[in-house]
Amino acid sequence: MNDMRILERDVNTTAIKISAKDVQVYYGDNHAIKDVSVEIEDKTVTAFIGPSGCGKSTFLRCLNRMNDTIDICRVTGDIRIDGEDIYDKKVDPVQLRAKVGMVFQKPNPFPKSIYDNVAYGPRIHGLARSKSDLDEIVENALRRAAIWNEVKDRLTAAGTSLSGGQQQRLCIARAVATEPEVLLMDEPCSALDPIATAQVEELIDELRQNYSVVIVTHSMQQAARVSQKTAFFHLGHLVEYGETAHIFTNPDDPRTESYITGRIG
Amino acid sequence: MTDATQTNASGAAPKMTKGSLLVQDVRTRKRNAAEARFKAYGMIAISIGLLMLVILVYNIVSRGTGAFQQTFVTLSVELPADKLDKKGNGDIEEIKKVSTFGYSPLLSAAMAQTVRDLGIETDMKPKDMGEILSKGAATQLRDYVLADISVIGQTAEFELLASSRVDGYLKDRVTRDSIANDKNISIEQLDLVDALVAAGVIEKRFNIGFITGSDASDQRPEAAGIGVSMIGSLFMMIVVLVLALPIGVAASIYLEEFAPKNWITDIIEVNISNLAAVPSIVFGILGLAVFINYMHLPNSAPLVGGLVLTLMTLPTIIISTRASLKAVPPSIRDAALGVGASKMQSVFHHVLPLAAPGILTGTIIGLAQALGETAPLLLIGMVGFIASNAPDSIASGLLSPNSAMPAQIYEWAKRSDPAFYERAWGGIIILLVFLVTMNTIAVILRRRFERRW
Repeated sequence: MNDMRILERDVNTTAIKISAKDVQVYYGDNHAIKDVSVEIEDKTVTAFIGPSGCGKSTFLRCLNRMNDTIDICRVTGDIRIDGEDIYDKKVDPVQLRAKVGMVFQKPNPFPKSIYDNVAYGPRIHGLARSKSDLDEIVENALRRAAIWNEVKDRLTAAGTSLSGGQQQRLCIARAVATEPEVLLMDEPCSALDPIATAQVEELIDELRQNYSVVIVTHSMQQAARVSQKTAFFHLGHLVEYGETAHIFTNPDDPRTESYITGRIG
Repeated sequence: MTDATQTNASGAAPKMTKGSLLVQDVRTRKRNAAEARFKAYGMIAISIGLLMLVILVYNIVSRGTGAFQQTFVTLSVELPADKLDKKGNGDIEEIKKVSTFGYSPLLSAAMAQTVRDLGIETDMKPKDMGEILSKGAATQLRDYVLADISVIGQTAEFELLASSRVDGYLKDRVTRDSIANDKNISIEQLDLVDALVAAGVIEKRFNIGFITGSDASDQRPEAAGIGVSMIGSLFMMIVVLVLALPIGVAASIYLEEFAPKNWITDIIEVNISNLAAVPSIVFGILGLAVFINYMHLPNSAPLVGGLVLTLMTLPTIIISTRASLKAVPPSIRDAALGVGASKMQSVFHHVLPLAAPGILTGTIIGLAQALGETAPLLLIGMVGFIASNAPDSIASGLLSPNSAMPAQIYEWAKRSDPAFYERAWGGIIILLVFLVTMNTIAVILRRRFERRW
């Protein structure tokens, strides 16, 4: 990585948002995540990188308990958000997911209008008191996802009628509309072209002002461009976790170095 | 394949080792021939299928259309007060005592009068002339009088059904040769019919009574209609729809979206698939044992028929609903869960609307299947002879005895008089029209609401 800008990037907060300790994940007999401990900071973009099948997406899905929907998946260990154990029996995963929003790899807008796509979350969580309230929430979310100008004249058009990049930003707007505190992104740009990718990356940088963003990516350049902290996963282990600049310029572990220089992965 | 690679490997020289491209080699010719043969087999199979379909449709239509036409006799009948209201006091109870036998002579007289007026020469007795008319004609006359007794003493014009033999004669089902041993009609009567047809008194017309009417006794095939059994079928379909759709959809949603995947749900799943293959007569005997013998629901009632058909339709609906739920991409479920919707919200707000066209299609096809089902109805007695006309049977609805369309067709097909045979074919046409309509609706729904994602 010879992009020197990453060296200048500063981490302007040290408050811990998510802390995971000794997390193990099993898919049936397959031990997918082994002893992962990580502390994710607030108002920071944290990137998870690593070769395919290394468990980064699996770990991401543990953070809002999306793995609960997979029958054979078993999670042990301790994951806390703001000091609260999210795998506590008293925690309702639905409430958790309102606090920890998620954007998926493939843009997956509902086959409904653009407006309804964004308004769905606020509606089911009762965030809007009136129609005008809801209009405002939708507009704000779409503005924050940098797609307002493109869709403001056709809010009733189907969300699926947008282009891939627009759909993904719509999904981000949908996630943002429920006012989450953490935003999880699972390879949000893998289905997008370079221009749409640039737009989404710019957006991620802006979202950092308000949220803790965790992004899984296959592209090391992307991790270097958008994140302040980077975690490198390999074969279910968290190999190295640290400031992005450090990981990309002077990694401690030889495996990290091999991966970012393209020798493994 | 191995041959080809070997030739390739040795063909390093620039000369044409593989021969000219303009000439097909033996392997290519063989492959092409095999492909052409396969295409021909396919075309033959499809042609045989189409031919069978054409023969079937031709048969049904050519034999069944006759049922939609019926021979009517137009007659002016005198309704004399001294015969119908013997005491002359206009008391309806007294007039009701005159049975149809009291009306028959009036019809014979009217027939004779008409023949005289037209100047047709015959030496038949009025009673024999009256036999040209249906045995139900007197009933029609009596009902007309009892509906409004003020018509007594007047002369009224009637369109009366001709007897089934006369009807058959006009439809070429009955010929002068074929009636040699028939006691119900004679050559003289046919001569008279010919003369009356020429005079325009007897003619074939569209027979609305076949579509709206009720079954009739063995003696009067010309009066039989499928209308009442149509209502029976309608009642059953309502029962099936009201019970099978909610139960089936709820069961499939639970099994598909909520139930844990373990051996119990596996067993349930296998059994539902097996239930779909259980012969329908088994459901019939189950209905007989449970609904009638044990629960003491009335015999022959559309409610019981509907319950039995519900049992039969449920597996179809469950299987098609589960298939359409499975077809909804998991990304939609993830999206809903990702914004913090509960499992139930994600199912009811997103998955179910997307699966709805498939569910509807499955339901309609299940209903169509149930509509054409005969075997279970035989066992619960829905092949009864229901001669009451439409308003009476509607009034008592789900619990009064009724028949169903396929059972009615079966009933007609097994009667001896060929006039009923024609009606069975006509009934098949009506049943097929219903089935084709339902399937078309299913196709249209699927096309229209199919969504892309």
